[in-house]
Amino acid sequence: MSTAVDMPHFVRARQVEALPPPNLARGPIAWIRENLFSGPFNTILTLVVFYLLYVSVPPLMKFLVIDAVWTGTDRAACRADSGGSESGACWAFIWDKINYFIYGSYTISQRWRVNIFFILLAVGVVWLLWLKAPRRDLGAVYFFWVFPVVSYVLLTGGNENFSGRFWLGFAIFGALVIALFAFVAALLKASLRPALILGGGIVAVIGITLALVDLDFGLAHVPTSLWGGILVTLLVATVGIVVSLPFGIVLALGRRSKLPIVRMASVIFIEFVRGVPLITVLIMANTMLPLFLPGDMTVDRLLRPLIGTALFASAYMAEVVRGGLQAMPKGQYEGAMSLGLNYPQMMSLIILPQALRIVIPGIVNTFIGLFKDTSLVAIVGIFDLVKTIEASRIDPAWAAPTIGLTGYAFAALFYFVFCFGMSRYSLGVERRLAAGQKR
Amino acid sequence: MNSVQTAVSQTSPPKKSVLYDPKVRGAFYQVVLVIAIIALFYVAATNAIENLQRAKIASGFGFLNNTAGFDISQTLIQFSAAGSTYGDAFIVGLLNTLIVSAIGVFFTTLLGFLVGIARLSKNWMVAKVAMVYVEVLRNIPLLVQLLFWYIAVLGTLPQPRNSLEMGAGFYLNSRGLFMAKPLWASNIGILVGVLVLGLIGTFIYRRWARKQQEQTGRQYPVGKVTLALVFGLPILTWIVLALVGANPIGFELPRKGTFNLTGGMQILPEFVALLLGLVTYTAAFIAEVVRAGILAVSKGQSEAAGSLGLTPGQTLRLVVIPQAMRVIIPPLTSQYLNLTKNSSLAVAIGYPDLVQVFMGTVLNQTGQAIEVVVITMGVYLTISLLTSFFMNIYNRRVAIVER
Repeated sequence: MSTAVDMPHFVRARQVEALPPPNLARGPIAWIRENLFSGPFNTILTLVVFYLLYVSVPPLMKFLVIDAVWTGTDRAACRADSGGSESGACWAFIWDKINYFIYGSYTISQRWRVNIFFILLAVGVVWLLWLKAPRRDLGAVYFFWVFPVVSYVLLTGGNENFSGRFWLGFAIFGALVIALFAFVAALLKASLRPALILGGGIVAVIGITLALVDLDFGLAHVPTSLWGGILVTLLVATVGIVVSLPFGIVLALGRRSKLPIVRMASVIFIEFVRGVPLITVLIMANTMLPLFLPGDMTVDRLLRPLIGTALFASAYMAEVVRGGLQAMPKGQYEGAMSLGLNYPQMMSLIILPQALRIVIPGIVNTFIGLFKDTSLVAIVGIFDLVKTIEASRIDPAWAAPTIGLTGYAFAALFYFVFCFGMSRYSLGVERRLAAGQKR
Repeated sequence: MNSVQTAVSQTSPPKKSVLYDPKVRGAFYQVVLVIAIIALFYVAATNAIENLQRAKIASGFGFLNNTAGFDISQTLIQFSAAGSTYGDAFIVGLLNTLIVSAIGVFFTTLLGFLVGIARLSKNWMVAKVAMVYVEVLRNIPLLVQLLFWYIAVLGTLPQPRNSLEMGAGFYLNSRGLFMAKPLWASNIGILVGVLVLGLIGTFIYRRWARKQQEQTGRQYPVGKVTLALVFGLPILTWIVLALVGANPIGFELPRKGTFNLTGGMQILPEFVALLLGLVTYTAAFIAEVVRAGILAVSKGQSEAAGSLGLTPGQTLRLVVIPQAMRVIIPPLTSQYLNLTKNSSLAVAIGYPDLVQVFMGTVLNQTGQAIEVVVITMGVYLTISLLTSFFMNIYNRRVAIVER
């Protein structure tokens, strides 16, 4: 044993070359070792997953891309007995039917109107969802009033031809509404001007809407029985969101109200709708709605499921909005009240703008659910995308073994692109909103 | 704003009008709401009565005793077109809904937990595959998936005479999955009795083991004993009984005929498609619930457990899972409810569930829309409300009690 004193002194004269990095601590091989083969259990897992991928992915790619039939005009291309290929998807079928899948049986010469509807819809969606878009308040007016009215005129053709008696009735109704507002203002000893503006505004909005629907723009009438495909799918989803957001807000406010009857009515509606499957609501709308209306009134076949889905989505939207209202700190309510704001002012100026902002991800998620649920209208006989595929699948001109699979693959792809895009958007917003709180 | 300014500018407080009393206003709004709701129901009811009379449709629940006159492809109780009533059809549909939901809940829980845990795996490959599974399945409508399973996958199965033999008495063809049917002998009671004894024994042993651990700190092999008592004992009894020549369970194997398979148990392709679709779809949502639940347990918890000397397995079992379950159970229940409600999509592929049998065939035959819709919705509503009732009780029990 030697002590430190005995040890011969050694001072290195020059710097030692750095050792090469260890082979297996970084770089792709190390990454693979760490993440895929870090132990016997992990190795087995990785191998099992590789095997699963091996049996599933190559056949899928083979079916969807490599062996797929891209061109052709009828079933011959996709049948082995007539020289075609049966082992891959028959995209020629989709290509041949694409117009039917997009527009249904909508009058061919009038399809530009549907295209404009798609563009208007895209404008509205971008305006509302792009957080930096200018004048999003105008965007809301556009999406919840201008766009629905214009779309209605565009798609149906408008020109409802209301009778003179109808307009007389409306004039009386308008006068009554304005008088009612003036009367209430006088009763409360409040100033008359805002009451008149509010009453006149409501009458004007309804009047302009009716006038637009009434006017003849020279558009040919297209009955809803001809509508179909992606048009109907997007239409059901759009009507769902346009109705369910305002109605859901009202229901959520009702559920948080201090008035017991208002609260009870909201809770019963929300819990009832959330407790039953959508398909029962659709069948109810289909069979019971005509019963509840006077005998000479009929409801359009397309309108029935629209009402059903809109009511259904409202209940779910209400719960999302309620979450936002509950997340508002109490100080916001108290601050608004101490400024002397009344209930509508407090809600519309202070609470809702903040609450709705934090529930944007929830709203988008509800909308994804709604968008997927629109496929259910096919069950009650509405020609949405799924139903048009069902109908084309049995077309004898395209009778081939791979047609069913190809059709559903197309539908799955369509829904996936939309829903996945929306879910990415809602994740992005979530991250943005959370960024402010992290700091 | 206007009212605020006037209120400020007035020097003496104005005489309080009763119209500004919040209580009076609240009462007024509620009276208006009640009148509106009553008016809505009144108009709807009078119109409905008038329309029904004009269409000569009877009302009331008497139709439940009428002869059904149609057959159902899957019946868990005795049912025949000639001898059974609409009421029986309702029960058949209800049982079919319940059985597909119950089996679906079982399998989707297994698959969902598996995928959810896989998403958190340290193995990159496993985590990514699980993620792709969740994203794909969640973003495609269930209806499209059901039609895909039913028409695109099961529709390509061979005719009965070319049935695929899968061994052990399993056959697969376009009429469904055929398998051995268990036949219960008269002494099956012995087996059931042994099983019950095993369950009671397990219960007593577990209580005793827990008490011992609390008093002495010694741990007993609870898991192994449970396995032995619940599974081992009945299986042992079965083997012994079979050896002495009193086998309590026999099997009837399906026999291959010229055109069809006879005997055995048949599972409809509609049932298989519905189950596959529901299980894989709901599992994607459950996986997200499970992932969120496990991530919600803070890292400090497992670090603290580690520093106490618990093994990783014990940490998972005693610290992480109990806390994660508190977060997982409520959304998990709502996924179970979603599965039950989504089973109504059976109507699209023709599986005879409650909606298909009752809201479909019975409604079309009787035309009594109101009664049928009310009964069907009532069933789903009852299931939902009962579940959320028990959920609330559970939540109260596991909620963190704050000091």
